[in-house]
Amino acid sequence: MNETLFTNARLVTADGVVEKDILVKDAIIAEIGTGLQTSGETIDCAGSLVGPGLVDIHVHFREPGQEWKEDIGSGSAAAAAGGFTAVVTMPNTDPAIDAGHLARFVIDRGRQEGLVEVVPAGAITMAREGKKLAHLDELWAAGVRIFSDDGDSVEDAGLLRRAMEYLAEMGGVVAQHPEDRGLSADGHMHEGSVSSRLGMAGLPAIGEETVVARDLALVRLTGVRYHVQHVSTAGTVELVRRAKAEGLPVTAEATPHHLMLDHGEVVRMNPDVKMYPPLRRPADVEAVRAGLEDGTLDVVATDHAPHAAHEKDVPFEDAPRGIIGLETAAAVVNTAVGLDPVTFFQRMSVSPAHLVGLPDQGRWAEPGGKANLVVFDPSVERTPDVYASRAENSPFTGRQLRGRVVATMYGGRLTFRDGKVQG
Amino acid sequence: MKHFLSTDDISRADLESLLDLSDEFVEVLARPIPKVPALRGKTVAMLFFEASTRTRLSFERAAKALSADTMSFSPSTSSLSKGESLKDTALTIKAMGADALVVRHQFTGAQWRIADWTGLPVLNAGDGAHQHPTQALLDALTIRQHFGKLDGLRIAIVGDIRHSRVARSDISTFSTLGAEVTLVAPSTLLPVDMEGWPVKVAGSIDDVLDVDVVYLLRIQAERGGASVFPSLPEYVTRFGMTRERFARLAENAIVMHPGPMNRGVEIAPEVADHPRARILEQVANGVAVRMAVLFRLLGGEASDE
Amino acid sequence: MTKVMEPEEIDRALRRIAHEILERNKGAEDVLLVGIHTRGVPLAERLHLIIDEYENVKVPVGTLDIGLYRDDLDRRPTTELGATAMPEDPSGRTVVLVDDVLYTGRTIRAALDAMADLGRPQAIQLAVLADRGHRQLPIRPDYVGKNLPTSSSERVMVRLQETDGKEGIWIEERV
Repeated sequence: MNETLFTNARLVTADGVVEKDILVKDAIIAEIGTGLQTSGETIDCAGSLVGPGLVDIHVHFREPGQEWKEDIGSGSAAAAAGGFTAVVTMPNTDPAIDAGHLARFVIDRGRQEGLVEVVPAGAITMAREGKKLAHLDELWAAGVRIFSDDGDSVEDAGLLRRAMEYLAEMGGVVAQHPEDRGLSADGHMHEGSVSSRLGMAGLPAIGEETVVARDLALVRLTGVRYHVQHVSTAGTVELVRRAKAEGLPVTAEATPHHLMLDHGEVVRMNPDVKMYPPLRRPADVEAVRAGLEDGTLDVVATDHAPHAAHEKDVPFEDAPRGIIGLETAAAVVNTAVGLDPVTFFQRMSVSPAHLVGLPDQGRWAEPGGKANLVVFDPSVERTPDVYASRAENSPFTGRQLRGRVVATMYGGRLTFRDGKVQG
Repeated sequence: MKHFLSTDDISRADLESLLDLSDEFVEVLARPIPKVPALRGKTVAMLFFEASTRTRLSFERAAKALSADTMSFSPSTSSLSKGESLKDTALTIKAMGADALVVRHQFTGAQWRIADWTGLPVLNAGDGAHQHPTQALLDALTIRQHFGKLDGLRIAIVGDIRHSRVARSDISTFSTLGAEVTLVAPSTLLPVDMEGWPVKVAGSIDDVLDVDVVYLLRIQAERGGASVFPSLPEYVTRFGMTRERFARLAENAIVMHPGPMNRGVEIAPEVADHPRARILEQVANGVAVRMAVLFRLLGGEASDE
Repeated sequence: MTKVMEPEEIDRALRRIAHEILERNKGAEDVLLVGIHTRGVPLAERLHLIIDEYENVKVPVGTLDIGLYRDDLDRRPTTELGATAMPEDPSGRTVVLVDDVLYTGRTIRAALDAMADLGRPQAIQLAVLADRGHRQLPIRPDYVGKNLPTSSSERVMVRLQETDGKEGIWIEERV
């Protein structure tokens, strides 16, 4: 029998933080108590928080099709290094995940790597072209619970309505990347004072908000579970807040970068701050933070979007959109938002796991539970410089953050410790 | 001065010293032999990723009048069509022995990246709709030649401000030098958010006919009707410098245009040819200010490698 | 620091040079004085006044900045330029270049190049307030205010009222 003992832990539970030791046997939490002993390995947490392994419902692992950017192996390593034990990969691969066998491929590859639970989101439309529905039944049967054409909005309201009606019946979640193509046009950054100065075409906040407003009308009609991806504007936060007050089955996510950075970053025109939705006004950053604090935004999701160094080493407008986020997420959230430990783990583990229906993830530690854990020291200062991801396109490189993942345990196995992914 | 990228971060003293230096090159260009040996042995590479014959010729003339050698790169004759990255192109030109790069690019900020990659002095000859600093310098020189100064002058910039790098560079240059700038355009051609810009805004050219300088921007015909204003005739009605409007300008006021002009659209043909339209003076001054900037970047400062 | 020329001596030297210019050119009819920036300019203007005083002739005065013609731009940054202005076409005239100190000759070499671009003078002569020797080029002055034997470790400092607010020539050891 394989044993690991976590000592001097500040264990985060639904009711608060308690000082405990945690003994893991094989894949299961065997005992929580004080003064526990083991014949196996001991990890001295030295006062760090121990909570359920983090869950990210929005990552891009680029496999199949763009493995030079990232693959399920390197993406899993980045996840483990970031304290994650489960991720939901977006379906904008090549080919897009629009059929059952493709979803099973992603799940199998995740198991093969064994560092983190990998489940795909399914595309809503075939090849994400927004023209006809993907094989939703097949995807559901393969275990997919959340659907999105992420990278693009589903524009056709009639088509989206049919997808919503179909998935409402199953209990699936329709997730939307809200961005109106007409309003966003050739935009590369937030449309505002900074884009005006730089003479760059912008993506207006309204381009996100009009899509969400329209979708909420369709949710009212269809009753589907609807999830807003990467909320970036104060207006969207307010729309979600009102929809929840109305009782609509709506959830929403915030990315770490939208919690910390605003469009002023783009002044230096560094492609590592280019992503969609773009960094917005300081008032939007405030609103997204407040939304995460009060629960209007249910979860943190990274939108981890790796690109090869040479692809980003171009002028801003020429650069592909997206930044990596898994390995800095916990520290960025901890630095940018004043969440208490319980809320921190709710937003980063419990709620996201619940949202996509992962029974072994996002559960407060208890004897008999699956040993998916993270040890996180929220007080230590850290400046990110090297990454387990294949990519390095992070705006947080060289920026001082507070908080460090000490160790990650996935299914009873240490996947990350001492600063190294345990391959 | 290591690079010349933007007018945003240049102080009034530095702008004035560049204009003073430009005056000396105006004199050089008026000599029987309008050429000096100052940059003999230096090589200036012209990298024009966006076609612009006028600006490239002006820079070439400036470099040659300083006795620098020039080499030219344009996408149609280049390996860009073969998929070479901008970085590799820039490093290749550097390896051939360029001492400075004059770069025009359709993307905002491309020159800043090239400066990082190569470590060579870079002159921005226009990036996206962002900056065109030598144009602003030649415009300021032209105004200063006519009025003796910019301080206290009232300057109206008319036209497609939103998509104009000339406007962005001019606004900061004119206002740094003490002029009061008014932008005149339909709201679809104004920048979306001008918070903190040192400008006033007027909705019609008729509101600004008492200014000292009317600066007309080129209207791209393809924008008319497409999405930003209804049609060219409607634009002319509200914003065109017609003969009638020109007649109402102050006696000493001048009209400027960065070229190429659309006669009959933003500027009436009779106005374009009037002595108080300083358009050809602008072109001539372009060579002098580009000499000044090249001399500042390459004259005397040993390269930092 | 040793003062080697007082203001009165400078004045006497310039008056002598003015006489020499007039004598050698048989009057001032075709003469064009060209001051080399920075201190050659006020010296040329003083010669103009002195000649006017003696002969009642207003000799035109031009100015020349040789910054664009120097052969050592890489070593000595010159990114400010003084005005270059010729009140008359130098072609066919006798140009008298005026400078404060003649040393290696490189400044004069650059000035000759610059003059060649500005026209085709009948002759070019050189007037300097002080000649300190150590020539590196085959250049000699036509009019000299004072010969100053120096070593190359010394520095010659010329100060004029118009440019510096005080007047005199000093020699000091380089530090």
